[in-house]
Amino acid sequence: MPTDFTLNGKPASFDGDPETPLLWVLRDHLGLTGTKYGCGIAQCGACTVHLEGKNRRSCVTPVGMVAGKKVTTIEGVEGAEAKAVQKAWVAIDVPQCGFCQSGQVMSAIGLLKAKKKPSDTDIDNAMAGNLCRCATYVRIRQAIHDAAAMVEG
Amino acid sequence: MKAGLIALGGAALALAITASAQQEAGLRPVSAFASIADKDARSVALFEEMGKVLQHPRCLNCHPRTDRPNQGEAMTPHDPPVTRGPDGHGAPGLECAACHGPRNVAFAGGKSSMPGHPDWHLAPASMAWEGKSLAEICEQLKDPKRNGGRTLAQLTEHNAKDRLISWGWDPGAGRAPAPGSQAQFGELSRAWVASGAKCPAAK
Repeated sequence: MPTDFTLNGKPASFDGDPETPLLWVLRDHLGLTGTKYGCGIAQCGACTVHLEGKNRRSCVTPVGMVAGKKVTTIEGVEGAEAKAVQKAWVAIDVPQCGFCQSGQVMSAIGLLKAKKKPSDTDIDNAMAGNLCRCATYVRIRQAIHDAAAMVEG
Repeated sequence: MKAGLIALGGAALALAITASAQQEAGLRPVSAFASIADKDARSVALFEEMGKVLQHPRCLNCHPRTDRPNQGEAMTPHDPPVTRGPDGHGAPGLECAACHGPRNVAFAGGKSSMPGHPDWHLAPASMAWEGKSLAEICEQLKDPKRNGGRTLAQLTEHNAKDRLISWGWDPGAGRAPAPGSQAQFGELSRAWVASGAKCPAAK
């Protein structure tokens, strides 16, 4: 029986083993390669998507677990927080190699949805599961502060 | 003939060692304590048997002394470095549920798994057991201010039936389960309370 869910606001379906990781389904079957494979064991955060609006590692999410639920990826994320994060990221050139950045951006948006004006500690706690081998952490933190200020107006 | 006997003896020894290891990994039934005539001593012995569960990594890892859980058999700090957040379910933006789903999920690579439960969370700071002696944990368990406001009867029920506690015996691939079974742990808890809920002496 296929797994039906909502992906970036549109109906999506996967006709295969419901234990298949959502990340595999997104990248290999539905062609959305913005979400990255980093470690496959929820250690790096590169595969972060939103499940029902909250941050979720897609590499440890069997697709059967999202049946009937809303999944948002970097390709479809929108709203005030998403716009602000995108603008802030570009303004100070956050990425270096960029591989981890879709996960970083999704986590940052998830944080701002949960906490409008995060402190440094809030940011460190929320972003602790997103690794960046280029060590862009200082710029990530600054960009989240800048995005929060933009959302607040 | 002699070589055969030696081989047979070796096999018997191996079996005995295996049986001993299995016994060590399990819990002794309540009936095994009936021969302890002194009620207080029996109560303490029952609690010490419960301690095999309470101080097992599957239980202790989420009763840390800090805001960060531990993980694995060696009880090392949780990686990524998560924190308990406002209600033990993680920090806003990195809640436990970002990785821990409603059930255990085998990693796609085949080795080990992501543990899960619908209400995966950290024990409150008042229930920190890490680094404490069994005597200290015992007193803590009996103190409603540090046991979630439970009576001893409620504590017994909790030990016997709580579904998050059940996870300790079904921890998923790559993790050793807590000793024995939850049913045995519940029976030991009931017998401990019935015998006066005595604690081991502080050392």
